[in-house]
Amino acid sequence: MVDMAVKASDISAESPRARTQRRNDLLFRGATLFFALLVLTLLGGVIISLIHGALPALKAFGFGFVTTEIWNPVTEKFGALAPIYGTLVTSAIAMLVGVPVSFGIAIFLTELCPAWAKRPIGIAVELLAGIPSIIYGIWGLFVFAPFLQRTVQPFLINTLGNVPGIGVWFKGPPYGIGVLTAGLILAIMILPFITSITRDVFETMPTMLRESAYGLGATTWEVVRDITIPYTRVGLVGGVMLGLGRALGETMAVTFVIGNSHRIASSLLAPGTTISAAIANEFTEAVGDTYTSSLIALGLVLFVITFIVLSLAKLMLVRMNRKAGT
Amino acid sequence: MAITDTSPPGTNFAMGRYKRRKVGNTITMGLAVGAAVFGLLWLVWILAVLLINGLSAISLGLFTQNTPPPGSTGGLLNAIFGSLVMTVLGMLIGTPIGIMAGTYLAEYGKGTKLAEVTRFINDILLSAPSIIVGLFIYTIVVVPMGHFSAWAGSISLAVLVIPVVVRTTEDMLNLVPGSLREAAAALGAPRWKVIVQVTYRAARSGIMTGILLAVARISGETAPLLFTALNNQFWSVNMNAPMANLPVTIFQFALSPYEDWQRLAWGGSLLITVAILALNIGARMLASIGTKKGQ
Repeated sequence: MVDMAVKASDISAESPRARTQRRNDLLFRGATLFFALLVLTLLGGVIISLIHGALPALKAFGFGFVTTEIWNPVTEKFGALAPIYGTLVTSAIAMLVGVPVSFGIAIFLTELCPAWAKRPIGIAVELLAGIPSIIYGIWGLFVFAPFLQRTVQPFLINTLGNVPGIGVWFKGPPYGIGVLTAGLILAIMILPFITSITRDVFETMPTMLRESAYGLGATTWEVVRDITIPYTRVGLVGGVMLGLGRALGETMAVTFVIGNSHRIASSLLAPGTTISAAIANEFTEAVGDTYTSSLIALGLVLFVITFIVLSLAKLMLVRMNRKAGT
Repeated sequence: MAITDTSPPGTNFAMGRYKRRKVGNTITMGLAVGAAVFGLLWLVWILAVLLINGLSAISLGLFTQNTPPPGSTGGLLNAIFGSLVMTVLGMLIGTPIGIMAGTYLAEYGKGTKLAEVTRFINDILLSAPSIIVGLFIYTIVVVPMGHFSAWAGSISLAVLVIPVVVRTTEDMLNLVPGSLREAAAALGAPRWKVIVQVTYRAARSGIMTGILLAVARISGETAPLLFTALNNQFWSVNMNAPMANLPVTIFQFALSPYEDWQRLAWGGSLLITVAILALNIGARMLASIGTKKGQ
């Protein structure tokens, strides 16, 4: 296809109309190429601008920036450990709760759901993905956090709080807002993403494989456990990583309910902060270059983490698609 | 099958094993149904809360008055206006870039290293945290300009639009059968005419779907506007000044201690959600019309 225009123009090389068309062809091709390159530079621009903005803070604090917990705008001492910890812990809670439920919904949709209900339920789950994060935030702040404070958190404190070992995670007063609440809201938010990818991945499996297993007398669960999941393993991990990427970078919903405290508390019920919540909360109020620069450095840390997670997710999904293609 | 049997050998060996497999199946499948119910429960809960709180805040004043100072009544007129302006501008900037880049990936760049890298980068941008985009636009637009502005807000929304449109454009162009392109080329149409007049037309409803999804994606975005467009208490049409917008207004009002403001935040939330759900459903219908025509 590429050299078609050239060949066509060879025939009527001298015709001015053909020359115009060839010029238009080059122009159009050049324009599309330009914008494709623009997309490439966009990511480069993001990286460079973040590094440039973060340099003053990184120079001032060095590697200690990611290992110290102190966050004091008055003395201009900043360390990212508390937000990094909050980001990782909330995402971990989200994955622990969200992944099994997502897999359950996907299994329901592919193996159990009657045909007439498949589409409406599939659409409903995807609508959940369309709700903007600020809505989850306002719901979390006014409805979900008070609900947890009244019911779930006192229960956790009275039961798991007394268990030696993990008890420290569930100690202290039930604030409502806090790390656990943020993690649970993240779990709800990543449900639709992981569910829809898992469902798509499940559907790439050849029907023949599944039917042969049923033909041998396997139960539905045995088919899922021994045939579907091993066959789609790589794609499943890719989908989970994509969900993790979302959870790590999610901003508004978390900002509403996490409590914004730059302290690492042992209890999951205590307020904390995440990288994105700290940026969202403090950026416009940050006074002084070191403060602003420290927040941009936080952004850089977040970008590096999500970049790695998303790249891995993408590589796994590509591998999965290749397998499905052959 | 990985089931190890521990029941005593004998006549009921097969029956015991069968029963256990059956019970295991019932339990796990029950859990799967439970998961589906659990997932839908959240959707119902969130939408119900939103409807109850939002509807009580919806009134004519919401659409005709500007955001009030604390303690007095008002509406969201300036925020609705600002959101519309910045969404439209973001789409106007982002859509052509996205369509052109998607065209390159689907039509010219097939199989090249450049296209492969661009596709990878685009997918990263698609799921990159939107607050990072806000920081990026802050450094390259807000800092040089010296102040927050509606332009910066529009540009940051455009950056979010681009990857969505690139992705759908490429996918949709790939669905257009090669024979259509070849037929047009055989009639002597130059390449660019084949793309613009034949391929684009065949993929029109798919590309439109992508654009609608992009609108849905950016109309609820808050994080990239926080430190680009900021917010504005007053009516403003100046693109060089901070501009009010729904998401940031909701954020500020919801976290305020004033009941009037919180009510307005619920009203705004309902507006945004209804708009986004309508866009999503519209996009879905458009896509299904497109595939029906294609068959």
